[in-house]
Order: sequence, then structure tokens, then C-alpha cells
Amino acid sequence: MNETRPKLAVWKFASCDGCQLSLLDLEDELLALADAVDIAYFREATSRESNGPFDLSLVDGSIARPEDIDQIREVRRRSRHVVALGACATAGGIQALRNFASVEKYKSLVYAKPEYIHALAESKGIAEFIRVDFELRGCPPNKHQLLEVVSAFLAGRRPNVAAHSVCVDCKLSGNVCVMVTGTPCLGPITHAGCGALCPTYRRGCYGCYGPAEAPNTQSMARAFQHAGVPDVDLVRVLRTFNANAPAFRKESERHE
Amino acid sequence: MSNGDRIIRVNYLARVEGEGSLLIKLKGDQAAEVQLGIFEPPRFFEAFLRGRAHREVPDITSRICGICPVAYMMSACHAMEDALGIRVTGQLRALRRLLYAGEWVESHALHVFFLHAPDFLGYPDGFAMAKEHGEWIRKGLRIKKAGNAIVALLGGREIHPVNVRIGGFYRAPTRAELEPLLPELRWAREACTESLMWMSTFSFPSLERDYEFVALRHDEEYPFCEGRVVSSKGLDLPLCEFDAHFEEEQVPYSNALHARVRERGAYLCGPLARFNLNFDRLSPEIQALAAKVGLGAPCRNPFKNILVRLIEMAHAFEQAISVIERYELPAEPCVSAPTRASTGFGGTEAPRGLLYHRYQLDDEGTILDAKIVAPTSQNQKTIEEDLFALAPELLQLPHEDATRRAEQAIRNHDPCISCATHFLKLRVEQA
Repeated sequence: MNETRPKLAVWKFASCDGCQLSLLDLEDELLALADAVDIAYFREATSRESNGPFDLSLVDGSIARPEDIDQIREVRRRSRHVVALGACATAGGIQALRNFASVEKYKSLVYAKPEYIHALAESKGIAEFIRVDFELRGCPPNKHQLLEVVSAFLAGRRPNVAAHSVCVDCKLSGNVCVMVTGTPCLGPITHAGCGALCPTYRRGCYGCYGPAEAPNTQSMARAFQHAGVPDVDLVRVLRTFNANAPAFRKESERHE
Repeated sequence: MSNGDRIIRVNYLARVEGEGSLLIKLKGDQAAEVQLGIFEPPRFFEAFLRGRAHREVPDITSRICGICPVAYMMSACHAMEDALGIRVTGQLRALRRLLYAGEWVESHALHVFFLHAPDFLGYPDGFAMAKEHGEWIRKGLRIKKAGNAIVALLGGREIHPVNVRIGGFYRAPTRAELEPLLPELRWAREACTESLMWMSTFSFPSLERDYEFVALRHDEEYPFCEGRVVSSKGLDLPLCEFDAHFEEEQVPYSNALHARVRERGAYLCGPLARFNLNFDRLSPEIQALAAKVGLGAPCRNPFKNILVRLIEMAHAFEQAISVIERYELPAEPCVSAPTRASTGFGGTEAPRGLLYHRYQLDDEGTILDAKIVAPTSQNQKTIEEDLFALAPELLQLPHEDATRRAEQAIRNHDPCISCATHFLKLRVEQA
């Protein structure tokens, strides 16, 4: 085996596993990727286990248990580059809904013996604990963007991933705006990357890529209110997979 | 600890979905203790679902599992439809079967070729296996891609599809959009047969267990989304009686709850259970395919799960082809109904087994209470019992081989720890 290949690691914290599965969903590129890099740590795919150091670490999942904090710092120490993968690693994920409630109450709702369960009061993205070299958004991220990010870091360049809103992609795909037909849509404030999927399937964007760069969330909220969306539902749409992303969090708190 | 005592320990199981560990303490010629520990962080879905709108639940619960999101969406949709009195029939029902078939394929193919076959051939992963069996890994990836193509076309994307809603879909595809899938689906159906013939030549440990199999059973079809809950030890009940017969208990070493049949204990759901309880619902062609490799009901060897998954993939492709060949665009993409205060039950056959959802709604459709029982939490206790049964063989093996065999036995059931936590880490301790 050629030991000069760059070492790739994939780490999992609190998540559905979907982001790392995206890598395995690259059916056409997977074997070529495994030739180009040394997949040195990736528990979902291999029994091989390397201690690093790693050239690139991809992190799936949020920091949600006390022990995660030491682990993510250890990942940082052993990695040249760290990329946060998906809504959990960038914004805390759906499990960050606990940040708006009491984790002790949650524990006792789900478990008969809550004392066995270790959980932090809040679920957070990894950048709150370590320096992150790049954040790839999405629940799940687009697998082609994921391949671009891996290629870019291995080639020593910045990934070519646009930070504009879903609206831009939606216009480019020639969709009729669903807001015009009365369907509330988070497209104007949501980070691109999915290819404007929801409007293409005739539903409103539900914000699974989190906030776009400089989102005008207040104007968005007014448009929802004009469309007759009650505050309770406005809070709900802002509080899903990126509920703890600052722009979504702040806007949702305005309507509580 | 005396000289004959050994401990097999795996701190972080590989090639399973999520974080789990194994500990087996061997004493004399048997196992004194087996713990399948699940240290996957709990995410509290059943807690934060309270107060959400019923229409949000399919998208939210899909995030329990990136491997089988469609199963979560479908169990949630069926539960809400049960609560609201909606029946999804005709082409919309057929489209749901198509989507479900796609997910079975993507999940089973990943497991069979990439996660489990390396165990039978002695490789650490699919990448190493590809160096010597590249033809089969490439075939497996192409089969998986055919399943993914169904979910991506119908659902918008492979993971967490966006096109599913209570009552049906946001947008129904046209026949012209679906038909181009057919040639690859037909190729994949045949590739499953070839793969089955090859994998049937693997060496299978001789373990046989007297499982209580649990699966859905439908009047006419091999089960996807509908049916009564039946078992090989006499259970036959509607979904709404699930809680009366099954319970979940908490153990200190795991974040996943252990399910059991109240009157008896551990049971098994998943491909082997479906196959044994519903063999007669497979088409004559698929039954003949099973017979070709010496498989029929009953099959009680958990190591043969890999073959049963291939048979289920062939079945899924057969179903997908049939749906597309008979498809006509429905007049409306979905059926709706006003909300009402009620409780709904949904159960579908996720790739790993029965996935049960129960929701209590108020008159505006707000969730008052949610209960979700994932296949892996149902199988957890049975996986531990498999390892107890395997103990005499483990004792005959050198430590490394024993550890590998124990891990292989866990992977028989393709545990999904992300699902079960609300689940896995393998430790085999050696004194």
C-alpha cells in the first residue's frame, strides 16, 4: 500500500449517520477515492483503525454529551484540516431542540431511568469548541459538494461551494416561485447546495441547509405573516434541523 | 478469574451504523455475560416531537436514521393517516411501494456487499475486498445505485427525501420520468441472482436458533408498509395492540431500550423474520430463486441473513419494475383530511425490521405524545442471545478470530445504532 497517500478520517458524534453515508453514496467515485486517499479511520465502513495524524478529518454529528468535548478536541489535535459535515456538526442538528427546553425533562420523557443517561444541556455545532477549517451545510449535505470539499482540501485549495440563497439556484433551474402561488418557503434565507429541491417538488423550502450568508430573516418572517402563517408555525419552521444556527434562532425567538 | 475464563471486548464496533460496543465474558464452556452496549448519544426525538404539528413529523423522524429515512417517513405517515382516517390507495400507494423498494435496496446492498461480505472473506472492509473481488464490489455498488436512483427520483434525494407527505406526495412523477429507470432495474434484478449464487458458496457457521420471529403480514403481499403484526409463536394482532404485547426496558450499559414480547422475552425482526413468516407471499420466481440456494422457510441460521437480504433485494426490484410498468399519473399527488383529536398507529417493515410509531394528536393536529420503537432496539436482546449461543464456538477459536466471529454475528442483524438510540459498542474481554 502506498503510504504517501493523504490520510482521511471520518468521525461521528450525535447524528443520524446520513452525512457519512453520503460518502458511501458516491457509488461511481468511491473506489477511486479509496485509491487516492488512505481511509485511515471510518468506523461505519472499515474495521481498520489508525491513530493519525490525519490530513483531513470529516466530522458528522453534534456535540451533545460531556465526553464529546474532549473527543472533538482530540480530533482537532490529530488533524491538519477539520471539516464540519452537515446540519448537526455545523449547527447542532434537530437534537438542538433541547436547547429551547429542559434536557432533564427530555431524559425523563424518553427513559425510565434518566440517571443512566449522559447528555449536555445543549447540542451544538463543533465550531463552538474547536477551530473548523470549513463548514459544509445541509441535512444531508450534497454528496457532490462533499466530493468537491474533499478534493479541494487534498489539493490545498478552498472548496468551491456557493454561500448564496436557495432562491438563486431556484431561479437558475427555472422554477416558478412557490411563494407566488401562496406556499410559504424559506428559500430566500436558506443556504444553497440542495439544487432548490423542495420548490422543484412543489413545496416550500424547509431550511435544511441553514441560513444563507447575510439572511434577511425579518423580511422573511413578514412575508410568512402576510401569507397567513401564525407565529406558532413560523417558530416551528425556523426550529427544525438548524434551530440553533444564530440567524434562525434569533428570528424564532422574536415570535415566541 | 480462573484459567478457563476469557473476555472478548470490542470498544467501538466497526461496519455498523452508529456507536456501539460488545463485551462477552466466557466462563467454562459458555458465556456468563454478554453486553451489547450502545453509547450513541441520545437525541430525545420522542420528547421534542411533543408540541410539533402532525404534518412536520415525517420530515423530522426521517432524521432518526440516514440509512432508512423512508421507513421513518412511511411509519409516521401511516400513523397520521390512521389518526385522521385517510386511506392512500391506487397509484399513490404503488408509488410508496416503489419508494420503499428503493430504500430496501440501498440499505441492503450497502450492508451485503460493503459491510458484511468482508466478514465472510476475511477483509477489514469493502475497499480491501475490492482489491481482490473488484467485480463483486462494483456490482454491489451498481445495485445500490439503482436503489438510490429510485429514491432520488421519487423523493428528490437519496437521504432525507423531500417529496413525502401525509396522504401521499408533494408532486407525483410522470410515467415518462419513471420509465428510464427500467433497464437498470432489470439489470439489477439479474445481478442480485448472480450475487446470491456467488455468496451462497460462502462458508456459513452452523448456528441454528429457535427465534420468535416477528414481522408484518399482509393479505396478499410480502410486507412493506401494511399488515398485522404476527409471530412464529402465535401472535397475530393489529398494530394498535402492539403496546399490549411488546414492552421496552432500559439497561444500564446502553442508551437504547431493549424490547421484548411481554409474555416471553426476546424476539427477532428483520429480513430473516419477514422471510420465514411471509415466504408464501414471495412470487413463484423469487421462491424458486431461494430454493436454488437451498433456502426456504424455516431458516433459523442468522448467518444466512446475508442471502435473505439478496433475495429481498431481488423481490424489491421485481416490485419496483412492476409498479413502473403499471404506473399511471394519479389525478392528485395526495389525499388530505381535517385534523381531529385521536391516536394513530403506524408500522412498516424498515430494512432492519418492524418500525412502530404511535402518536396522540389534539384537535389541531399537535402532537401530545409520541412513541417510536426501532428495529434494532427490538433485536438487541436477541443479538445478545445469539452471542450466548455462539459461546462454545468462540471458546474453540484463537482470540482474534473469536472477536471477529462475534462481530460478524452482530452484523448478521445489520444493527442500526442511530435508530436504536433512543443503541452499539462491542467488547470481548480476555482475562
